[in-house]
Amino acid sequence: MKDQFVVPARLKKTSFVLMGVGLLTLLIGLIAFQGENATRFWAGLLQNSSFFLLITLASTFFIAATTLAHGGWQIAFRRVPEAISMAVPVLSAILFVIVMILVFGGKEDIYHWVNAHHVAEDKILTWKSAFLNKGFFTVATILTLGLWIFFTLKLRRMSIEEDGWDLRPETGRKLLWRNTVVCGGFLVVFTLSVGSTTPWVWLMSIDAHWFSTMYSWYTFASTWVSGLSLIALFVVYLKKHGYLTYVTEEHLHDLGKFMFAFSIFWTYLWFSQYMLIWYANMPEETEYFQPRVWGQWRPIFFLNLLINFVTPLLFLMKRDTKRNYTAIVFIAIVIIFGHWLDFWQMVYPGTVKTLVFPWYEFGLGLGFVGLIIFLVSNQLTKAALVPKNHPYLKESIIHHT
Amino acid sequence: MAVKKFVVGLFDDEAVLFPAVKKVRTAGYKLHDVYTPFPVHGLDHAMGLRETSLHTAGFIYGITGTTTALSFMSWVFNVDWPLNIGGKPHFPLPAFIPITFELTVLFAAVGMVMTFCYLCQLMPGVKKHIFHPRQTDDKFVMVIELTEKTNAEEVKSFLAAAGAQDINEQKAEAGWWFGRYDKDDEPYLRKIQTANA
Repeated sequence: MKDQFVVPARLKKTSFVLMGVGLLTLLIGLIAFQGENATRFWAGLLQNSSFFLLITLASTFFIAATTLAHGGWQIAFRRVPEAISMAVPVLSAILFVIVMILVFGGKEDIYHWVNAHHVAEDKILTWKSAFLNKGFFTVATILTLGLWIFFTLKLRRMSIEEDGWDLRPETGRKLLWRNTVVCGGFLVVFTLSVGSTTPWVWLMSIDAHWFSTMYSWYTFASTWVSGLSLIALFVVYLKKHGYLTYVTEEHLHDLGKFMFAFSIFWTYLWFSQYMLIWYANMPEETEYFQPRVWGQWRPIFFLNLLINFVTPLLFLMKRDTKRNYTAIVFIAIVIIFGHWLDFWQMVYPGTVKTLVFPWYEFGLGLGFVGLIIFLVSNQLTKAALVPKNHPYLKESIIHHT
Repeated sequence: MAVKKFVVGLFDDEAVLFPAVKKVRTAGYKLHDVYTPFPVHGLDHAMGLRETSLHTAGFIYGITGTTTALSFMSWVFNVDWPLNIGGKPHFPLPAFIPITFELTVLFAAVGMVMTFCYLCQLMPGVKKHIFHPRQTDDKFVMVIELTEKTNAEEVKSFLAAAGAQDINEQKAEAGWWFGRYDKDDEPYLRKIQTANA
């Protein structure tokens, strides 16, 4: 049984090529987008860094949620989300640098509330300034990123440490208990950050006059379903290279069910946010949908629904597709791309305004994908692929849907 | 509907039941059914039952619900009685979505429950033969149908070798008939009628 992952040379090369593409795009962007066009340079960075940070953080959420629910089926591949979550510190650092430049570098084309003069003249922004100000933004960002990193590292460290324990009923109980406590703590932080404030300050404040209480949940649903797809991609990759002996199509089936269900959940939030605003028809709320539904972004708005709802709904409905490795890889890539597109249409209409072919954004996205592959494959080598002392391991091995 | 002859064996444990099912199938006996007090994972595969088509039926019921809701609401608000509600268009798709969703779920759920009952021949007023009263309690009951080619004694000894207890032969109606479980008999008190007792 192959239990120790060794990074294949081909994967390493792929990750370096992708990172090279990302850096090259960044460089071209730096030269191409200057002066007035610099907005696009920063918007692309904000879109990609927040999206890829949140989909890796979804892995920590996956561990926390399944642990608290006393799920046993995921133990056979638990090291995969663990390794993905270890990309959170690096991606957090990248995002932190970017948003700090946006806020303190006075990039008012992205966040127009950073201009004090602007805020003083604007009644709505003055009223919101207790919340939307540089101090609060910085403190909230540092606090959330810090706590995410703390809990992610803690969960990973505990999991590796448990490999050295001997297998007894007492150690099993202790293992479950301390994992439950840490995961509970993380979920409180996660709910208050990704489930509520973080998307407001990072993304919704682009349209500073507009507000939607659904926005954070919408962002969460988007990143959670893409995060699940990311886990599925790594699981299939490892399985195809002869690792993860205990993972069968039963586990894949459950991951597929998750992807199917949360694609529908995303649509539910997408629609709820839209319908309330459509029904009330108040100018301060409809202004967000004006460029998206009736402006240049109309094709993207409906493409978003087609890729993220109709495709997974019809594709994953059948049992056979959820149990097929190739089919899952295909739909996982579609879902991640679709939600990347979703983030694009969340950030761009309020900043860059005009619809342009996203070669720059896509190039940056490839760079982030390369970075994630590089970090995750390195982390996968750091521990055995099966947490052999976990009390639920047997439950996972005999798992049957 | 026909009265047939069966050999019935009781099992205590899944671990004995699974190999027994396999042996019965390889020996070529006609497995009528296996009754279990709770759903047993993988038993359907072991028995060689085909994958159910219930979900396909559910999909069809679902899209029927979707079309019903959308076409009825569009007919009402565009053809039969057009009303101006809050200045919205006569075909306000977002406002129709929640109702469309509900009808989709309703049609799918009710349709699937009824199809399930039909497939299992369950219905108030419909009765089926109970091979052993403890089949819904704590025993796994395996029923083998006797054909002209099978010898009852041979099947009995075969089942005994496979680990079954309380093996008996029954002559019973294989299908359903109209009747009531509460009025017509008392399953727990009734003595099992054995054919060659």
